[in-house]
Amino acid sequence: MSAHQVLLEAHEVAKHFGGVKALHDVSLTIRRGEIYGLIGPNGAGKTTFFNCLTGLYRNESGHFVFDGVKLAADAPHKAAEIGIARTFQNIRLFGNMTAIENVMVGRHLRTRAGVFGAISRNAATRAEEAAIARRAEELLHYVGIQERAHDYARHLSYGDQRRLEIARALATEPKLLALDEPAAGMNGTETEALRLLVEGICRDGVTVLLIEHDVKLVMGLCGRVAVLDYGEKICEDVPAVVQKDPRVIEAYLGGSVA
Amino acid sequence: MDTLLQQLINGLTLGAVYALVALGYTMVYGIIGLINFAHGEVVMIGTMVAFTVIVFLAGSGMPPLVILGIGLLVAVAACMVLGWALERIAYRPLRHAPRLTPLITAIGMSIVLQNVAMIIWGRNYITFPPMIHKEIYELGGASFTNVQVAIVCLAALVMLGLTYLVQRTRIGMAMRATAENQQVALLMGVDINRVIAMAFVIGSALGALAGCMVGSYYEIAHYQMGFMLGLKAFTAAVLGGIGNMAGAMAGGLLLGVIEALGAGYIGDLTGDFLGSHYQDIFAFIVLIIVLMFRPSGLFGERTGDRA
Repeated sequence: MSAHQVLLEAHEVAKHFGGVKALHDVSLTIRRGEIYGLIGPNGAGKTTFFNCLTGLYRNESGHFVFDGVKLAADAPHKAAEIGIARTFQNIRLFGNMTAIENVMVGRHLRTRAGVFGAISRNAATRAEEAAIARRAEELLHYVGIQERAHDYARHLSYGDQRRLEIARALATEPKLLALDEPAAGMNGTETEALRLLVEGICRDGVTVLLIEHDVKLVMGLCGRVAVLDYGEKICEDVPAVVQKDPRVIEAYLGGSVA
Repeated sequence: MDTLLQQLINGLTLGAVYALVALGYTMVYGIIGLINFAHGEVVMIGTMVAFTVIVFLAGSGMPPLVILGIGLLVAVAACMVLGWALERIAYRPLRHAPRLTPLITAIGMSIVLQNVAMIIWGRNYITFPPMIHKEIYELGGASFTNVQVAIVCLAALVMLGLTYLVQRTRIGMAMRATAENQQVALLMGVDINRVIAMAFVIGSALGALAGCMVGSYYEIAHYQMGFMLGLKAFTAAVLGGIGNMAGAMAGGLLLGVIEALGAGYIGDLTGDFLGSHYQDIFAFIVLIIVLMFRPSGLFGERTGDRA
């Protein structure tokens, strides 16, 4: 695999909480343009991996190389800057802001107007703010909730809040979109709509890292899948192979292989 | 009847000043949950700087309004720097400390600033040179001056501008996002250190403006004037719901009016046992009542999660 094809490399990333090894030397490689699944039972370390990647946690050892650059640990706004955006398992929108404002905050990174522009209202600032609003509208349209643009985020339905989080993450123009259990709590119809959305995002050139419990969704959507169990990567392959791997079956069913 | 109208007018003037100062408390509280008890002293420094500049320029032959304008601008600039420095030096190193630590630091900074002001400007009352020729207007048996009109109009204009800034601009949205969830704002690429510094700088600029208004209205200044003014503006912020900007504006105006009406009628109410110099008690009666019956304030929705 040439270096150009690789978007993210995790090298033996480890994170401990006291005596608990939440991540134990996890290494994996995500290629440009793929949808990569990260699955595992509850408490396997999936979200911890996300938090280390996005700088919310500082990993004790190991490192990430993203797009050829080694990531500095513990710097969430740097992660966004170099092109990693994420959503949260427990939705974390700005509830007292409208849907479109949430997306506009996501544009913050790629725009620059400061307080003096805000006060002087010069032409450049006004043009930039108009562009921010326009792009935010496009993104709401893209995820299919444009008619809720001016509703408070906390008033949106659960499925729409998930979509809004994705729109806000896309607003930062990520190369890698990391989705933390986006289908959690969704019904079948909503999950199917989500699958189409994620496929569309990938087609439009954004690499996707997907944590998910819904094994059916992961198997249908992802090109490759890694399985975490007790903080260790026990398997990494195409879905068809992963599904048959005895270690994976054991991790999920908790018994010996029949 | 004319007492009522007169005190309403006076209360509105006072309330406009309280509202501007209360905004400084509420913006900082809304973003980092700190009650910046040194804010009253920032207002006092604003008054003192304006005073110094005006006295310095008084003999220069420039038109009085220009001198006043320069004094105001220098005071605003000085307080912006002061607010920035306070955050950078006193509060930022304590960002992750227990809540009580920065609060004690704020009280400490308040004492430091008072003493610095005492060293620079002395311990006596300073007469603020009157720069505006006072015109007195009559309305239904009550009178008011052009200074009062200017204070109320300027305060309204600044508050409108601030509302626009916070509600509509990129920076304002970053501020609101940071107030709601710092960690997520950070992940969206918002530089929260800048946003926090900005809350201090903007709050201090409003404080300097309020300080200049107080100076022009009462025509005196004193190194301890920030203490009582700060406490009352803090009361106004709590009354409106601390952390809520519309609340700070409404709370300020309301407190000003309550205080003025209280001062106007206290003699009648107590059979002249207490005079209008007891007007300060009304602010604190209000504070106690709000804390007892509606601790989240008039506009506040949530309590507890920030406390």
